[in-house]
Amino acid sequence: MRNSFLIKTLDKNSVLFLTILAIIAVLVPVANLVVPPESPFHLSTYWVVLLGKYLCYALLALAVDLVWGFAGILTLGHGAFFALGGYAMGMYLMRQIGARGVYGNPDLPDFMVFLNWSELPWFWRGFDMFPFAMLMVLFVPGLLAFAFGWFAFRSRVTGVYLSIITQALTYALMLAFFRNNMGFGGNNGLTDFKDILGFNLQSDATRSGLFVATVIALMLAFILSRAIIKSRFGKVLIGVRDAESRTRFLGYRVENYKLFVWTVSAMIAGVAGALYVPQVGIINPSEFAPANSIETVIWVAVGGRGTLIGPVIGAVLVNFAKTWFTGVLPEVWLFALGALFIFTTIFLPKGILGLLAKKNKKPKPAKPSDKPQPQPAE
Amino acid sequence: MELAHGSILYLDGVTVSFDGFRALNELSFIVEPGEMRAIIGPNGAGKTTMMDVITGKTTPDHGEIYFNGEIDLTKLDEAAIAQLGIGRKFQKPTVFESQSVFDNLELALKDDRRVLPVLFSSLSQKQNERIDELLDTIRLTAQRHELAANLSHGQKQWLEIGMLLAQEPKLLLVDEPAAGMTDAETAETAILLKEIAKTKAVVVVEHDMVFVRDLDVKVSVLHEGSILAEGNMDEVSNDERVIEVYLGR
Repeated sequence: MRNSFLIKTLDKNSVLFLTILAIIAVLVPVANLVVPPESPFHLSTYWVVLLGKYLCYALLALAVDLVWGFAGILTLGHGAFFALGGYAMGMYLMRQIGARGVYGNPDLPDFMVFLNWSELPWFWRGFDMFPFAMLMVLFVPGLLAFAFGWFAFRSRVTGVYLSIITQALTYALMLAFFRNNMGFGGNNGLTDFKDILGFNLQSDATRSGLFVATVIALMLAFILSRAIIKSRFGKVLIGVRDAESRTRFLGYRVENYKLFVWTVSAMIAGVAGALYVPQVGIINPSEFAPANSIETVIWVAVGGRGTLIGPVIGAVLVNFAKTWFTGVLPEVWLFALGALFIFTTIFLPKGILGLLAKKNKKPKPAKPSDKPQPQPAE
Repeated sequence: MELAHGSILYLDGVTVSFDGFRALNELSFIVEPGEMRAIIGPNGAGKTTMMDVITGKTTPDHGEIYFNGEIDLTKLDEAAIAQLGIGRKFQKPTVFESQSVFDNLELALKDDRRVLPVLFSSLSQKQNERIDELLDTIRLTAQRHELAANLSHGQKQWLEIGMLLAQEPKLLLVDEPAAGMTDAETAETAILLKEIAKTKAVVVVEHDMVFVRDLDVKVSVLHEGSILAEGNMDEVSNDERVIEVYLGR
């Protein structure tokens, strides 16, 4: 039974994809920790952190693809769920600092001391416990997505209108988190983290550990997403994307299907944010910026919408290009990104993965039995 | 309400206005269980709006709609009405183009429609056999693994009818099933619908007079949102008011 479930869930490409991820999860830490720095095969810590960051973005792109590629919900606000997950992790890391802050206050993070607060706000309670913080990484984005989706999908807001309110959502959160009295560090956000679960965040081993955790999270999220879209639920979802009213008249409550996948997707985005924060060392309100969410949509489009694997490739490649461009020709990057998006939309509607699939198919001679048999009308 | 007793579909005084325009004007008619009814009428007569109020897409301003003589359809949404056993075929064939013929039928099969049961559902032996049976009925056995997008227009119409049958409805609403079909396909569709009507009530909205004549059933003529005349094809085609508004062209 379990076997048949796996066969149904993972096709050949999925297995290949997961294998590559598993190899990366082993090779990167080995190249960083075991291979001596003099060797040409040594990977510097800079690259480990950078790759880890890309894979967090890849996880976010996967979450966006789940709703945009399969349910047709073009979200321009997934950065909000990513940032909320990041803040939940950031709050745990802040509490880990303890008395090692600038002000040496064992109970209050530095910014609260600076604001003359005398005690920890109620919503910071519990974040000193790792399991609680991890629960919040899933729960907070999930709850927000559920509440948002409950109203939006029930009132049948679709298409560009939904996209616009997702933008408004992330923008509103950005403004709120900028305020000092929200209790999340205002525009400085949360930073100066020391350690995670007792491991020093600056050590190479911890960084490799976080990298491996990110790859594993990506693999698990991929398997979960495949399981969802390959089930009958997934077929209903694609039905919603292609012909929403037909799905309704077949008796499916479309809003519930959207709500479910929307909430799952927000939780995946939250995990991505939580893995991102310890690797980059900071979370601040600019992560809520509407432009971030739009950029994520571009990664998905470039990689190939509705393929799950494509968005991962797209996120890594576009961000690699971003790193390179902003280093060499910073003023050109936004133009390059815009050009890339236009190029993809016009010439590669199915993204990089669509291009690969086409190349693979061409040399294969079509078997006559594959062709639709002409059927006499009689 | 007494009249509704024993009927499969009962409409009384149903009125729908859009910005002052009365798409349906005190529309009343009754369909008996197992009956096939053809509804004809010129463009703008309110045929699609009629389908919309019965299937829960539009709520009438006033009037009563009862299914099975007891269930008030004006209080329910599309999904609930579909689950009660009312299937709707659109004018333009609407199938899931990016999925296979088989998957289209699987999605339509009468089954639990709630999110979690659907997430963990798998096809039983019985359901597989049912799909095979349906493929045979709609003459698409050879195309079972074909994407619906690759079907011909007529085949899509049949696939959609197959999806309605998979729902095991008690009442089928069929909007212009012969539109865009070849003559041979049209004749075939008439036979298919008659077969279906042996066990289910069917309401067919049609433009094509030849097709309606082929069906050989009671006809209601819709005009400006209400029923102008009712009877068999010969009776209505001899009715002077009908000739004036519709057939006289």
